[in-house]
Amino acid sequence: MGRVALDHVSKQFDGVTAVDDLSIDIADEEFLVVLGPSGCGKSTALRMIAGLEDPTAGTITIGDRVVNDVEAKDRDVAMVFQSYALYPHMTVHRNIEFPLRSRKVPVDERNQLVRDVAESLGLAEYLDRKPAQLSGGQRQRVALARAIVRRPQAFLMDEPLSNLDTKLRAQTRAELVELQRRLAATVIYVTHDQVEAMTMGNRIAVLDRGVLQQIGAPHDVYARPANLFVARFIGSPPMNTVTGTVERIEGALVAEIPGGHIPLEAALADAVTTRGLDAVVIGVRPENLRFDSVAGIPAHVTVVESLGHERHVICRLVDQQLVVVRQGAHELAPAEGSSTFLVAAPDALHVFDPTTGERVGI
Amino acid sequence: MAATTSAAPVPGPSPTHRARRRRERVLAALLLVPALIVFGAFVFWPLIHNFYLGFFRNPPFPGLPKHYVGFDQYRDVLTSSDFLDSVRTTVVFALLTVPIGIGAGLGLGVLAHQQLRGIGIYRMIFSSTVATSVAVAAVIFGTLMNPQVGLLPWLGLTTNPTILQNPEWALVAVAVTTVWQTLGLTFILMASGLQSVPDDLLEAARVDGAGTWSRFWHVTLPMMSPTIFFAVVVGSIFAFQSFGQIDLLTQGGPLKKTNVLTYFIYNTLQRQSDPGKAAVLAVALFFLTLLLALAQIRLLERRVSYER
Repeated sequence: MGRVALDHVSKQFDGVTAVDDLSIDIADEEFLVVLGPSGCGKSTALRMIAGLEDPTAGTITIGDRVVNDVEAKDRDVAMVFQSYALYPHMTVHRNIEFPLRSRKVPVDERNQLVRDVAESLGLAEYLDRKPAQLSGGQRQRVALARAIVRRPQAFLMDEPLSNLDTKLRAQTRAELVELQRRLAATVIYVTHDQVEAMTMGNRIAVLDRGVLQQIGAPHDVYARPANLFVARFIGSPPMNTVTGTVERIEGALVAEIPGGHIPLEAALADAVTTRGLDAVVIGVRPENLRFDSVAGIPAHVTVVESLGHERHVICRLVDQQLVVVRQGAHELAPAEGSSTFLVAAPDALHVFDPTTGERVGI
Repeated sequence: MAATTSAAPVPGPSPTHRARRRRERVLAALLLVPALIVFGAFVFWPLIHNFYLGFFRNPPFPGLPKHYVGFDQYRDVLTSSDFLDSVRTTVVFALLTVPIGIGAGLGLGVLAHQQLRGIGIYRMIFSSTVATSVAVAAVIFGTLMNPQVGLLPWLGLTTNPTILQNPEWALVAVAVTTVWQTLGLTFILMASGLQSVPDDLLEAARVDGAGTWSRFWHVTLPMMSPTIFFAVVVGSIFAFQSFGQIDLLTQGGPLKKTNVLTYFIYNTLQRQSDPGKAAVLAVALFFLTLLLALAQIRLLERRVSYER
């Protein structure tokens, strides 16, 4: 297995920038998830690593060689496609065998490797079938088997689970992580699904409009989003954000928001002052809000959604903005239509610069 | 489950249900009538009548009455050396035109299946012969191969006698004309077949380590097999029915070396005024074409992969 590095990589299609100055260093045996909405350039980045697209600028390193001028077939990476891209006219055996045949592995060794991989992925009894005779989950495993059979330097996966149903997806997610640990494989995994990102990767790289927004451990990205895009993209329901003007009340800095004000702690206040901001975006995750009957930001409860293990309470502030509060099932739910107050712990506040979207303070 | 002896009576279709079914059948028959009339008048009746015409031998001089000879004429014509030579010529002609035509069409299709600037112009050029009639193709090639003003003599490629009068080369010359004339259609067919090969399969093969040739052989060609199979069957039928280029370039000559079945039929009917013999030849062509198509379907379709 090997490390993969992108160094100031850009890609333009007919003047449109798909990937903009992307630098990521993926360590050996790391599971990196590249996360972003559709069209953010994540698939393009992956395809450049695979050699299916040529970067307009920058260098790509796999293992210890720069591969910009190396053809896809010689890059020693394996890819799992969203569509699985199984060869429909070949049996499962021939599909898994194909990368080995291309590399002229002797037939005995080839058969042994195919059998071993098929065994480990529970495909042994399907080796003589064609892909059309398999279920979605089985096809997905054949695509995986074809990727792992030749022990490449790195695995590239382009939304490999998005064609599976919810239940199978959750199961396969866990199996993939287990497989990655067992093979000690370097995996670059592209997805738009934040659950996959949070649960599978050692690190998450968040991309938007071709630009890397943040890279870090899933928990860090969740707890300290670098900007508003990341803050709103990761988390379900997403982070509540409210714009407020910066005011000074009795010497202390506060953010004046519809219906009340939120005091800014000293460190935050310093950061806001240093930047000379007169407005900020305050963000609070739904699970960090709680209801209070006497004080806080006034809100009106409109809908209570129960998911069984938790509850999403949707409220409107005085200016009709929507705010979501997430409660445990055991907590007391407010009645729909009632008026209440919302309170957040000071250390649960995220503050962003409204013009740049960047995080302010620690 | 306990066995029950008193099985519930199976309800038969109710009278209204039966009436509705009868009405639907009448409607179905009515809807089929127009197609049956057209096919009957222009396909089935001529076919049967043609078969019947073969039972009558025409006199050597016009004006005398024809007389019924039953299957005698079929036997005489179908065992004649003229007929067997004509079948051989037709088969050789098909063997010369179909594989080479498909190979060339596929080659051009692959060349044009690229994201290059101005590729549309090439696609237009490659497919242009689809708008060229057999007559135009024959005139163009007739001129190219003309011993006085043609391209071949100018290139120093001369034969004696000249190519269209040369028993060894005339059929090849007609075949080349045919390949050129059908190339546009073959190209369009192959290009559309190539469009239907999913890009991600070819990309997967690239990442799997397959080179250009291996991708073509292991992915493109199998995915194209339905298109190629279709082109082989239809192309063979077309080849068996070629007429215009032969009439315009060689009239079946020299020494009957380009006397394919259709031209033989035409010649028998128009020049020799022998409708009985021509009818026998036409029946033979019909069954030969049918047998060929069936044989191809039996032998080749096993290797075709329709799975997607």
